[in-house]
Amino acid sequence: MVFGLPILSTLIWLPILAGLLILFAGRERPTFAKWFALLVSVVTFLISLPLWVQFDASTAAMQFVEKTPWIDQFNIHYHLGVDGLSMPLVLLTTFTQVLVIASAWDVIKERVEQYMGAFMVMQGMMIGVFTALDSILFYVFWEALLIPMFIIIGKWGGKDRVYATLKFFLYTFFGSVFMLVGFLYMYFQSGSFGILDFHLLPLGELAQILIFLAFLIAFAVKIPMVPVHTWLPDAHVQAPTAGSVVLAAIMLKMGGYGFVRFSLPITPDASMMLDWLVIILSLIAIFYIGLVAMVQKDMKKLVAYSSISHMGFVTLGMFLVYGIVANTGEAQGAALGMQGAMVQMVSHGFISGAMFLMIGVLYDRMHTREISAYGGVVNTMPWFGFFAVLFAMANAGLPGTSGFVGEFMVILASFKANVWYGVVAAATLVIGAAYTLWMVKRVFFGPVANEQVGKLADLNKREFAIMGILAFAVVLLGVYPAPLIEVMDVSVANLLIQATTSKL
Amino acid sequence: MMLKFILTLILLSPLFGAIAAGLFGRRIGRRGAHTVTIFGVAVSTVLSAYVFWLFVFQGHAVYNDALYTWMVSDGLRFEIGYLIDSLSATMMLVVTFVSLMVHIYTIGYMAHDEDYSHDNPYYQRFFSYISLFTFSMLSLVMANNFLQLFFGWEAVGLVSYLLIGFYMKRESAIQANLKAFLVNRVGDFGFILGIAVVVMYFNTLDYQEFFNALESQVGTTMSFFPGMEWSVITVLCLLLFIGAMGKSAQMPLHVWLPESMEGPTPISALIHAATMVTAGIFMVARLSPAFELSAVALSTVLLVGAITAFMMGVLGIVQTDIKRVVAYSTLSQLGYMVAALGASAYAVGMFHVLTHAFFKALLFLAAGSVIIAMHHIQDIRQMGGMRKHMPITYWSMLIGALALIGFPGFSGFFSKDSVLLAVGETDVYGAGLAEVLLLIGVFVTAFYTFRMIFLVFHGEESDYVKTHDIKESPKVVTVPLILLAIPAVFMGLPMVGPILSGTYFADAITVLPQNDVLSTIYNDYFDSAIGMALHGFVTPPVILALSGVFMAWLLYLKAPQIPSRIHAMCPRGYKMLASGYGFDRFNEIVFEQGGRKLGDFFWRGIDVKVIDTGLVKNTFTSVAAAAGALKQGQTGFLYHYAFVMIFGLLAMLVWVLW
Repeated sequence: MVFGLPILSTLIWLPILAGLLILFAGRERPTFAKWFALLVSVVTFLISLPLWVQFDASTAAMQFVEKTPWIDQFNIHYHLGVDGLSMPLVLLTTFTQVLVIASAWDVIKERVEQYMGAFMVMQGMMIGVFTALDSILFYVFWEALLIPMFIIIGKWGGKDRVYATLKFFLYTFFGSVFMLVGFLYMYFQSGSFGILDFHLLPLGELAQILIFLAFLIAFAVKIPMVPVHTWLPDAHVQAPTAGSVVLAAIMLKMGGYGFVRFSLPITPDASMMLDWLVIILSLIAIFYIGLVAMVQKDMKKLVAYSSISHMGFVTLGMFLVYGIVANTGEAQGAALGMQGAMVQMVSHGFISGAMFLMIGVLYDRMHTREISAYGGVVNTMPWFGFFAVLFAMANAGLPGTSGFVGEFMVILASFKANVWYGVVAAATLVIGAAYTLWMVKRVFFGPVANEQVGKLADLNKREFAIMGILAFAVVLLGVYPAPLIEVMDVSVANLLIQATTSKL
Repeated sequence: MMLKFILTLILLSPLFGAIAAGLFGRRIGRRGAHTVTIFGVAVSTVLSAYVFWLFVFQGHAVYNDALYTWMVSDGLRFEIGYLIDSLSATMMLVVTFVSLMVHIYTIGYMAHDEDYSHDNPYYQRFFSYISLFTFSMLSLVMANNFLQLFFGWEAVGLVSYLLIGFYMKRESAIQANLKAFLVNRVGDFGFILGIAVVVMYFNTLDYQEFFNALESQVGTTMSFFPGMEWSVITVLCLLLFIGAMGKSAQMPLHVWLPESMEGPTPISALIHAATMVTAGIFMVARLSPAFELSAVALSTVLLVGAITAFMMGVLGIVQTDIKRVVAYSTLSQLGYMVAALGASAYAVGMFHVLTHAFFKALLFLAAGSVIIAMHHIQDIRQMGGMRKHMPITYWSMLIGALALIGFPGFSGFFSKDSVLLAVGETDVYGAGLAEVLLLIGVFVTAFYTFRMIFLVFHGEESDYVKTHDIKESPKVVTVPLILLAIPAVFMGLPMVGPILSGTYFADAITVLPQNDVLSTIYNDYFDSAIGMALHGFVTPPVILALSGVFMAWLLYLKAPQIPSRIHAMCPRGYKMLASGYGFDRFNEIVFEQGGRKLGDFFWRGIDVKVIDTGLVKNTFTSVAAAAGALKQGQTGFLYHYAFVMIFGLLAMLVWVLW
């Protein structure tokens, strides 16, 4: 409770209401729109901190729970709560939001109130996704989220935004319809839309497989996995900087979150039967997409593909448990992979956010994202060069940065499941470094490539603050990941029990 | 408690200096930057000397303790901590001492730089890098677990990336640093899998727990391919050794080292040559209890080392850049160290690391002094007769050269002769071949080293030397030369006894009785260090070395027409050597271009063509066509469709369920 209000509801509705207020009252008042959005974002972030401080890490049960009937006829509840799996993602969202609002400060000049309003509304909905414990509530947030993102790309995007938005929309919508059907089926079986009720619902083999596949399509599109990933590079390229940041840092995580909240606990037997499918697609993402990233000519595309490759570690880490049990006869190491996947999600939020913000910094000055238009940027922007190398190294998984933690854990765990999983996953050490540092070399190092680069101004105070905060987060998580692991430890253990307990 | 505090201070004070000089360089200025970094490293050096005294002379018990818990996942503890014994104490002193010398030398060397304008804080940045390097290297050698080892390992790689690319406007430099990083990453690929094996079978990252459990895993096997069972210990040793091959530049992962000379001469070169590349040797020595249990691993290590020592030495003969001659000699000497490890003579491998650190530092700094005098010309063919112009540089380089070729009495003699004795004594598979390669290598080493000495300092003065004013370098350069020359001459003498008897590293290195070649050598051949040096004159290695020197004299001073004639006689052989056996070309074609082509195929061929055009666009166009039909009378704003679709769906849902 904050000021007598339930904390999760506040986190959802405060930004949404503020967003609507900005939308209606901010017209012709861009300064108000910006400052109010920033103020509310900071306040939301502060309100979210008690989630961490007061969180009881010794239980896997839902915390900060709110539950009231919503649509009685169908037994639909307004049911919210967080556990160790979702709480870090909520904080990641509120944290990123502040930077996102700040990043657009001088950049967006037209229809500022709509822009800010859309982001504020989107934040509330994303928190809704991570905290909803009723599947219909979850679904409403999940789908409604498309609207502000759709507007953001469609209105402030690049020249091919129509194609990108439709592609983005069709893909995601296509995926989630299946999910909805799954929810409906389970409702008819259990008489409840409660996600926690679904966890307990006994399901037959065929039902599990079908539901698993329905979920897989929804989440695979969102995270995204090969071969339903091609919407992401297009969406990123067309999206404005802040849109890319939210997309990469938060929205992709919704797919990963879906696997741990729905797939593994609801359909454990199907997950066991079909884990190979997810694992193979993950390994393809790590290797194949890594190579695709290497040959990109547009920086945003490169980072977009790099995101897909990194998300491969998330899905890989999550589905290792069955292989580990089959290979070693015990579940020792499965939690390592699962926690690695969760850490990777948080870390990727920081790093990909930082990478897209960096590209935004360059784009604002040069209005191009072509790698070949750059060269020697560090000569004119030394501080920017410093951050670029730091985030690039984090993206390449250098120890001491957050990028290392999740990858390391997942590699160690995947080796336990099957040595070849480990071998392919570890190839990212070379491939990830190759595409990231090659880009850094071409953009930042070398002689000043052209006049425009020669005239670049280094980071201003606002940009410096954003980069500095992200750099701090990346290094802090890399040097001391223990606190993050501790809050999710019990929840992950519980999840693994659910995932390995047969429902048949 | 006190010791932990001291160790933490040793580790963190260079980091503090690096941060201060790196992030606040402009504010604190040049003087501030070098003061704070030198102070930080000096604190580390003094305290390391104390720790060295404590553990090596006072025989302090092995110290093994955690500093903090990085994280605990699934019962597996990831920690940051220290394992201090004679091995790490020695390495700490070498790392900090060499680094301190480098810091001081840098004040003079980096004062002016052609690549940067004076107001660019490149000077502060360089100090920040070398201090950060010291921190990384210390965290590597002080580690008590694999996590921290890997951290230090990668951090060292990062700093090396930054140092090689220090002149970031030069295409060659930024190409070289990318290559160095990626080649090292190939090694790390093996390394991380090695750690994965450790975690899988030992469920720990802690060295001591790992060592304790080794016995119980001797018979365990694992399988990479169906039907093929390999010993777990062999697999993990080989995988970890791949990491060592990257960092210690063993063939075929040596390709990054020659190009690493793109960094500011010769300081970063020295950091690479004398310190960083020894990380792999250190790692194997640290993990001796594991390597001892695998004859296959030992044999591989021995052969890789011997082949590297020989083949890289041969390349030294055709180099014309003074830095590159020294660089290839480093590669070759690293091969000797690795070969010693393969012969279970870990202590001797480390011994050669230590003597090499000093005489190679000496050679690099002397080469730097020559380059300063030559106004940044590095081609030895343009030099000649420089002896009279720069006597201090000449004598110190000569001392370095004699140590390098193993002239009796010099430090390098004792360590290299011990390597050869150990390889001669061991009977792991391939020992005979290794011994032959290493012996020929001795001849080759002497030949290219003195080729360089003769071409640079002796003979007639070249046109350049005649027409320019060649001066001895200033004191900030020559004083470190003299300081380094002393250990290059003398440090072998007192050390060889304790090393061979096994007392020096007794608490750190484990050798099985049946592999213990050093005690055989110590008991059967060794009487005293002086006796060893005197006896040296009649043993094959020294005779080979002296004939190498003679050969160099003959070909480059007495009859300088012969080399070009040999060159003309077999141009192909020369070309092969000049291209470094074609490794670079191979990597370029197979990995660089091949990787790009594959990526291009995946992208354009599969992602764009099959998935996007084939599957998605067709769907898209049909939907768009349908949408186009509906468009009449609507607002045309895309996002309105979104509202309609979602609310339509919800309405349908409500209707269905009602």
